[in-house]
Amino acid sequence: MSDWGIRFALGSVAVVAGTLLTIAVVKGFERPPIEGEQHGFRGTAMVEIYNPRTLAAEHAASVLPAVLPPLPATGPAAGKVYKNVQVLGGLSVGQFTRLMASITTWVAPKQGCAYCHDTKNMASDALYTKVVARRMLQMVQYINSDWKQHVAATGVTCYTCHRGQPVPSVLWYNDPGAAYPGGMAESYFGKNHPTGVVNDSSLPYDFGTPYLEKASNIRVQATTALPEGTTTQNIKDTEATYGLMLHISQSLGVNCTYCHNTRDFSDWSQSTPQRVTAWYGIRMVRSLNNDYLDKLHDVFPPIRLGPTGDAPKLNCATCHQGVYKPLFGASQLAGFPELQGPVKPAE
Amino acid sequence: MAEYQNIFTRVQVRGPLHSGVPISGAGWARLGKPQFVHLLGIFGDAQIGPIYLGATGMASLIFGFFAFEIIGFNMLASVNWNPVQFVRQLPWLALEPPAPAYGLHIPPMAEGGWWLLTGFFLTTSILLWWLRTYKRAIALGLGTHTAWAFAAAIWLYLVLGFIRPLLMGHWSEAVPFGIFPHLDWTAAFSIRYGNLFYNPFHMLSIVFLYGATLLFAMHAATVLSTSRFGSEREVEQILDRGTAFERGGLFWRWTMGFNATAESIHRWAWWFAVLCPLCGGIGILLTGTVVDNWYLWGVKHGIAAPYPAVWGPIIDPATIAGAPK
Repeated sequence: MSDWGIRFALGSVAVVAGTLLTIAVVKGFERPPIEGEQHGFRGTAMVEIYNPRTLAAEHAASVLPAVLPPLPATGPAAGKVYKNVQVLGGLSVGQFTRLMASITTWVAPKQGCAYCHDTKNMASDALYTKVVARRMLQMVQYINSDWKQHVAATGVTCYTCHRGQPVPSVLWYNDPGAAYPGGMAESYFGKNHPTGVVNDSSLPYDFGTPYLEKASNIRVQATTALPEGTTTQNIKDTEATYGLMLHISQSLGVNCTYCHNTRDFSDWSQSTPQRVTAWYGIRMVRSLNNDYLDKLHDVFPPIRLGPTGDAPKLNCATCHQGVYKPLFGASQLAGFPELQGPVKPAE
Repeated sequence: MAEYQNIFTRVQVRGPLHSGVPISGAGWARLGKPQFVHLLGIFGDAQIGPIYLGATGMASLIFGFFAFEIIGFNMLASVNWNPVQFVRQLPWLALEPPAPAYGLHIPPMAEGGWWLLTGFFLTTSILLWWLRTYKRAIALGLGTHTAWAFAAAIWLYLVLGFIRPLLMGHWSEAVPFGIFPHLDWTAAFSIRYGNLFYNPFHMLSIVFLYGATLLFAMHAATVLSTSRFGSEREVEQILDRGTAFERGGLFWRWTMGFNATAESIHRWAWWFAVLCPLCGGIGILLTGTVVDNWYLWGVKHGIAAPYPAVWGPIIDPATIAGAPK
């Protein structure tokens, strides 16, 4: 073959290789500059990395709607004036109406009052959305009063999860399994399929059921150097925990090192305070899923239920939505004392 | 005149077609009539064939084929026999070892039985291929260095998939067959056993891994850089030593004060390559069997430096009375 032939052959190989490399780079990487922020002692590689362009988009998506001016607690109580006010009866009519209007802005700005209320009879519980909304109000009060270790004074409002949508953008259901042929063929293991919830790894993707609904043991490492039976967890348990941890990492837009010194994942003394916050967060989510969302199972119409007929559940991403603090820590809770804990009923 | 010194040789290496030296006392003959392939000539010797499979080679291919098919069809089943999804999801798909509950018992086929069977077929295939490597070397009158280097890799493979699971009493401790799944398994393995980086045999394995690539680069660079003096033409080197080897040796004596010889560099490289999986296998074998947490082992033996607690005392919330479960 001539020189030309060799050049053509090599050129073709180079074009194919170059195309594949370009696809890999464009799809798999984010372009510089990337910002790094030291988050632990030097030399521990505890650095948070941020893409300023992603960050700008997240900031743009984290603008809070305007707050209605607060109203005094004077005048007749809502529970006396209106019928069927079970949670907020102790508020004044003004405060009550203001909160209702705020909820509309937070949850159903397009749909309006009629999303939850029968507008001919506002007191009616005919619409399931009203029953759910009442329970969600109690849930918000519960989060803000009982889970300060996780939400601190920032707290949550309906907007933290809903962001102007009747259904929060991130929910999850128990894994129904994939279509498997059964018989002699390998059975379903709940892993080894690409899904975004575990960052496209092959790890188990239904971390929610064992860890955010049931209370399976997340901890996998032995606490002694030599085998002394300090743990019975195995590699498959570790893969499941790993899936949960990837979920937390993705939900918060942070690395493992946001909470852990990765040379020794399990050691609390080398961890950051954020790990403690996350520990309470996992328990909080578990409690909310069991005591609030799963309990609403019979209220939800079939369209809101999962493939196995279970109620929709929340996880870290429901509130965090890719940001280390939901809405970058912006809070409107101070303007709504009635959401900071249970409201005293009208006397 | 065309030069013979590029990665892609512009001169095709084409001697007269030959079937190689005669085989003594073999039941099988070499198969196929040798011929020239231009594309191969770009990378190396242009001649392809003849090939010798023999009994061990044929048996190895058959067992290997079974293993390959079992893995492939189970992966295909896991996407419900959908060929498009099979291609799309291939890097994620896997044949998983049995669940921990099965211990060392034989599980049903769907619950890891296929994994066990594949392990048997693949191991048989690999061991037969090892035997073939050994026997081919003997037949050609060579030393058996290739076979023993291959055996080092097989040792690591057997530790991961057979010996260590036996010692742990669970097939579930073994590696899944799959592209991403075996990588995620590796990460999970290290996390479960407290960070493999503190395992001294893992350290040694990495030393020999990177060391082998470094030696390979040094050796290859030396040969290529002295090829203008004919260093790669070994027959001429024997008849007339010339200056190529002397310059190559001198180069390293100048740069680092010491040089391997044209012979000893290959022993260096062979041992580095062999010690990589040999040490790695020992490191894996000790993990979970005699050491449960390598980081804590490192602390115990003074190889994990303490860092200041820059965040103040952080306490495990589970140890606080009244904390949620």
